[in-house]
Amino acid sequence: MELLSGNEAVALGAYHSGAQVGTGYPGTPSTETLEAFAIHEDVYAEWCTNEKVALEVALGASAAGKRCLVTMKHVGVNVAADPLFTAAYTGVGGGLVLLAADDPGMYSSQNEQDSHYYAQAAHVLMLDPADSQEAYDLTRSAFDLSERFDVPVMIRSTVRISHTKTPVEPASPQSAPEQAPYETDPSKWVMMPAFAKGRRLEQIERDDALRAWADGSGLNLRILRSPEKGIICAGAAYQHVAEALPEASILKLGVTNPLPIEAIRSFAREVDEVYVVEEGSRFLRDAVAACDVTVAPFPHPLPEAGELSPNLIRQAFGLEVPEGLEGVEGLPPRPPALCPGCPHRLVFKELSRKKAIICGDIGCYTLGALPPLSAMDTCVDMGASVSMAHGFELALGEGSERPVVAVIGDSTFAHSGLSSLITTVYNGGSGTICILDNRTTAMTGRQGNPFNGVTLQGRPSSELDLEAVVRALGVDAVQVIDPNDRDAVRSAIKEATAARDRLDILIFKRPCVLLERTRQQPYYIGACTGCGVCLSLGCPAIGKYPDTGLSYIDPQLCIGCGQCAQYCNFNAIVR
Amino acid sequence: MDKILLCGVGGQGTILAAHILADVALRSGTQVKVSEIHGMAQRGGAVSTMVALGADVKSMVIGQGEADIVVAFEELEALRNLSALKQGGSLIVNEEVIKPASVLTGKAHIPAHTAEVLQGADALLVPAEATAREAGSSKAANVVLLGALSAFLGFSEDTWLESIRSHVPPKTIDINCAAFQAGRQFACEHARR
Repeated sequence: MELLSGNEAVALGAYHSGAQVGTGYPGTPSTETLEAFAIHEDVYAEWCTNEKVALEVALGASAAGKRCLVTMKHVGVNVAADPLFTAAYTGVGGGLVLLAADDPGMYSSQNEQDSHYYAQAAHVLMLDPADSQEAYDLTRSAFDLSERFDVPVMIRSTVRISHTKTPVEPASPQSAPEQAPYETDPSKWVMMPAFAKGRRLEQIERDDALRAWADGSGLNLRILRSPEKGIICAGAAYQHVAEALPEASILKLGVTNPLPIEAIRSFAREVDEVYVVEEGSRFLRDAVAACDVTVAPFPHPLPEAGELSPNLIRQAFGLEVPEGLEGVEGLPPRPPALCPGCPHRLVFKELSRKKAIICGDIGCYTLGALPPLSAMDTCVDMGASVSMAHGFELALGEGSERPVVAVIGDSTFAHSGLSSLITTVYNGGSGTICILDNRTTAMTGRQGNPFNGVTLQGRPSSELDLEAVVRALGVDAVQVIDPNDRDAVRSAIKEATAARDRLDILIFKRPCVLLERTRQQPYYIGACTGCGVCLSLGCPAIGKYPDTGLSYIDPQLCIGCGQCAQYCNFNAIVR
Repeated sequence: MDKILLCGVGGQGTILAAHILADVALRSGTQVKVSEIHGMAQRGGAVSTMVALGADVKSMVIGQGEADIVVAFEELEALRNLSALKQGGSLIVNEEVIKPASVLTGKAHIPAHTAEVLQGADALLVPAEATAREAGSSKAANVVLLGALSAFLGFSEDTWLESIRSHVPPKTIDINCAAFQAGRQFACEHARR
């Protein structure tokens, strides 16, 4: 028995199913899955530039006969949706399993979305594990089902499944199934209308077969207790329900697309009232209602936004919530912050001095939006900084008082900033694009990417030359700047934002402080005048004495980067 | 069954502490679950990890009044998670305040009655950093807190030490074992249980 996170269990399940190819793009809460898969020496695993590419690579390997695992977070499925919907036409060669890890409660995401809708819309099979053992078992089943029904299978996880370690008893591993020799078959793999029409009809037949299978699959768990309340749920919600309502009858769905219609109807006949408990969505409630089952309203509302908990379910049923100690009102919040020495800090400081309109992007640097830097106007999705900045430029024109600037990280730029940039260049767009090249994919735990040339399994690669790439796209005004050099940052931003009629790219290149973790002698503040400029950098190592109003530097936190010393007009920050 | 909430600030070592605790439970034949937070919150934000002991625990979320023990690696986070502690539960708090950005810059203040509230909650206040420094490195403060926690749980000291040895870098084994024992001793001497 091993204690595994849901992510690790999916990886082990895939490995024990003989999967030999793993692809994905890092994204919380999915990231550790591919990392855990990649540890095995007899598999091939790679980070791709984005989720669409990852699914396509896997689909190719599947077509050629290998079992493949693809991993991504929920918003990654949006990117991968294009191949997903048509992979549901082509079907598979070797089993193809896609992990979609949802983030109800938005612990590290820009939205809550329910991947169930994708499975339904794309006509693919979806399985919902409720703990790590199920994540392992259902992944094993998923590969068999994928081949049996010629369909990609999605495993839907959430943050509490992916990031909770529970005991797993692995079954005996299966060696990689024999790879059938690849044979050209355009009617299956060339999805032009003539062939796609045929596959669409097969998809409809397959939907019927899957529906018939789902009912008798044995992957749904029916627990009959008191007939008073019958709860239909899946995944992590099941665990909350089981704890909050120990007397209730429960139908826990292991298969959430297609739904086991007869199992749902027969469960409904056993209980007085059917309730559906799910996280951040109405998918299951609507789907159950579509089975001609009356879904009872909760006696008290259950919030639709955010993560569920046993207490929220207790409240929805009018049950008492256990009494805790009295909390404390008005505590100062503790949002995350850019690390001491973070190479992104001065770029945001200087951009906010310019009063720029700043289109941000997804990564650690989104934290530049928070006070005191407060240097971000928008953040929507991967790559949107560059394209939204282009839109701002179009709408505001060159006469705008405030310059328009896009800020994007190196990995995000590779993910989808490149295609946005090509659009801007192609259409003669202007403005300033800051690429924060910290040599890694920092937020998700420092994964490799094309611009640092580090691959998932340490195979040789090469660094893609960022400056050469953007020059090759036709941008002439390109500078590479050390982001810890305040004067260089300031003058580069000044020059770029002054040139309103051209497109400037500023590459701020310096490794993430968590990559090398080198520390230099910390600074301290000598003859402080209390002007407060150092505090405006938002460095967690710098504070203010409440009594005197003077600043100090915490020597435990300071890594000696010297960013703040460049801002002190009184040369009081020294070491 | 026991639900234990470990809360603190990203970077304080709450996840490693939770892993050691879970490992000790497993080695002792106790069912265990550990939930973690990854990603953005880790960048100096408030983090919390739950360790559930025993087969009865289903949910991985601790809400109001559901924690049997809260181990706070920082005082403000102790206050923030106070309502999670059930009446009569145990509260272990590292005597350390890490000021959030808004407090550092003077935009917000830490409530004046912090000490009274913690006292009123019968908190075991552990000078974890000083104790860790005496053991050889202030970085072992998280293991001092584990030592204090160990006094509230039934697992054997040897099992704890074995687990610590297998989780920390080889060079720091002696320091961490000393830190653990100092924390355990502190709790045995000071805890009102």
